[in-house]
Amino acid sequence: MTDQLDEALQREYEAGFVSDIESRTFEPGLDEDVIRRISAMKEEPQWMLDWRLKAFALWQKMPEPDWAHIQYDKMDFQSISYYSAPKSMDERPKSLDEVDPELLATYEKLGIPLIEQQQLAGIAVDVVFDSVSVVTTFREKLKEQGVIFCPISDAIKEHPELVKKYLGTVVSQKDNFFAALNCAVFTDGSFVYIPKGTRCPMELSTYFRINELNTGQFERTLIIADEGSHVSYLEGCTAPQRDENQLHAAVVELVCLDNAEIKYSTVQNWYPGDENGKGGIYNFVTKRGICHDNAKISWTQVETGSAVTWKYPSCILKGDNSIGEFYSVALTRGAQQADTGTKMIHLGKNTRSTIISKGISAGKSNNSYRGLVHMGKGAKGARNFTQCDSLLIGDKCGAHTFPYVESRNPTAIVEHEATTSKVSDDQMFLCRQRGLDPEKAVSMIVNGFCKEVFKELPMEFAVEAGKLLEISLEGSVG
Amino acid sequence: MLKINDLHASVADNEIIKGLSLDIKAGEVHAIMGPNGAGKSTLSYALTGREGYDVASGSATLDGAELLDMEVEDRATAGLFLAFQYPVEIPGVSNMEFLKVSVDSQRKARNLESYSSSEFLKVAKAACKQVNLPLSFLKRGVNEGFSGGEKKRNEIMQMILLQPKLSILDESDSGLDIDALKIVADGINSQRDGQRSFLVITHYQRLLDYIKPDFVHVLADGKIVKSGGPELALELEAEGYAWLESYDRNAEQEANA
Repeated sequence: MTDQLDEALQREYEAGFVSDIESRTFEPGLDEDVIRRISAMKEEPQWMLDWRLKAFALWQKMPEPDWAHIQYDKMDFQSISYYSAPKSMDERPKSLDEVDPELLATYEKLGIPLIEQQQLAGIAVDVVFDSVSVVTTFREKLKEQGVIFCPISDAIKEHPELVKKYLGTVVSQKDNFFAALNCAVFTDGSFVYIPKGTRCPMELSTYFRINELNTGQFERTLIIADEGSHVSYLEGCTAPQRDENQLHAAVVELVCLDNAEIKYSTVQNWYPGDENGKGGIYNFVTKRGICHDNAKISWTQVETGSAVTWKYPSCILKGDNSIGEFYSVALTRGAQQADTGTKMIHLGKNTRSTIISKGISAGKSNNSYRGLVHMGKGAKGARNFTQCDSLLIGDKCGAHTFPYVESRNPTAIVEHEATTSKVSDDQMFLCRQRGLDPEKAVSMIVNGFCKEVFKELPMEFAVEAGKLLEISLEGSVG
Repeated sequence: MLKINDLHASVADNEIIKGLSLDIKAGEVHAIMGPNGAGKSTLSYALTGREGYDVASGSATLDGAELLDMEVEDRATAGLFLAFQYPVEIPGVSNMEFLKVSVDSQRKARNLESYSSSEFLKVAKAACKQVNLPLSFLKRGVNEGFSGGEKKRNEIMQMILLQPKLSILDESDSGLDIDALKIVADGINSQRDGQRSFLVITHYQRLLDYIKPDFVHVLADGKIVKSGGPELALELEAEGYAWLESYDRNAEQEANA
């Protein structure tokens, strides 16, 4: 059975194609001059360039972290190109008609139709290709309600007051090595502002695609939900299949003001590398949100891609009665490594957090949950509930759990439950005896295991996530 | 329908089934009785193709097709069903989903159109009622938190929905009180239509009070040592297995335990 499962894990990565697009790409290397050039390409104001340079100075003094349960060859930051954009984007297309058809074809192939008539109703998409945002749909329609949804490079120029006020307030320039690097060299990403008391009329989403060889993608996302507002946002990501590793170091900041709610979902499907760990994306991501009084942030992530994942979407529960949630499915197979989890920092009174983490390991992969629950002095009556389940497929993979709990308030309650289970021969035999082929059987069992998390995803994406797992597990049984 | 010819099967290199032959015709119900360790469960696993149950020689054909060359799921879609002695749980997968996927897989393999969701809901509800399980069981995880009796009834429900040609019932009576036993037996009887066949594996005669077999076979030490009509089951009940020749002493102790 184990051999069969292993064989099964060899599967096709459907998003692994390369688009033939002529790009303007910087020579590899990183110094102040490169940062000035990025800033100039984006026609940024001086304050933004100064902010980047400050981050760069900080980054140069920081060591690369090595505490995570992952092993990889250290990156040579001078061998990466920090900017690449399709030439057709030199002149920003004013409408979809002006967008390079090859770019449109790329997204079509990825199942994200950008042509207005084919777009999913009720979902606005910002499409980021390597270092630039290609197009943002429904931008005007959203504006009617005062909702700003645009590439962050546009926001820097058009809404400097908002960007200046919030950028770097949740994840500071010196937060960590990869965040500092992102602050220095970030290229594009999405900016969202939901005005007071507004319920965003559609789902917002960003689709990230790495295409160019030897480039890193450093996206930056900033979402501000003003008092009493509500927004649901989803990101997806894919990259071509290559033998070289590529770096993706993103920073996402969520600002959730009084009584506001942000639901942030991720379906991460970066190229995972081959069976032996050759190639694949190094995904080093800092995601964090801050909740003011009565605010709520809910992170849901489905992580199936990347050779290495280092990611801890977190909540700072600063406001009284604020709520943080983290729902995660992380699937590793082949030689993939994931060290992922969350931090729930309870500072306000009666703050509540829920963590549901489902780790699935197959092949010879390693899957770690790392989570911190911090109850500050002021976290009177705060509560956390953590449930951390691991599912093993085969006998060569690893599942690890690293829970950290710090409590400085005696009235705070922290609960932690953990289980480890296997896809058993009994379960497989039952399913097959009822007529299911082994792949369908594994995917059904795994989907059942993930149910609590999938139900948190927006409807369309829950179906997508289920399918993605199915594809990811294709061939996991012989 | 099912023809087993000189079957030899082993578990971890120990030969358990030592040359077993059996011929079950369409519409017939055969019962296999025998002491613990006789090879009853091994027979059902060898026929259904469970990993770890190795067939050294012999053949088993279902309507002429050699089962032993097929993958587990292909044997199932060919019409072979096993009601498990100890049904396993699949947390988070609803019974309804499991049933639908099972039925769809089999119908697809037989080039039949799959049921629409509403059609399927109707037949699933009917099957659920037939085995006297509350409809809420369709929404619950497969066997998740079910009692022993509920698990057995859930197996019969699956059999009713899948409409297999040949059903092997592996101690479907064990652990059942008399009411549950009747429900299980009624479920099985309702499926007897003169075409479909059943192989009932049991320790005790009492199930056979409710499911009248056409033939009864006694399995001991990997072979069928005696065959007869329903009266054979009564004899066994009265006298135990000890009077049978080639009867293994160890098995006797177990049977009496």
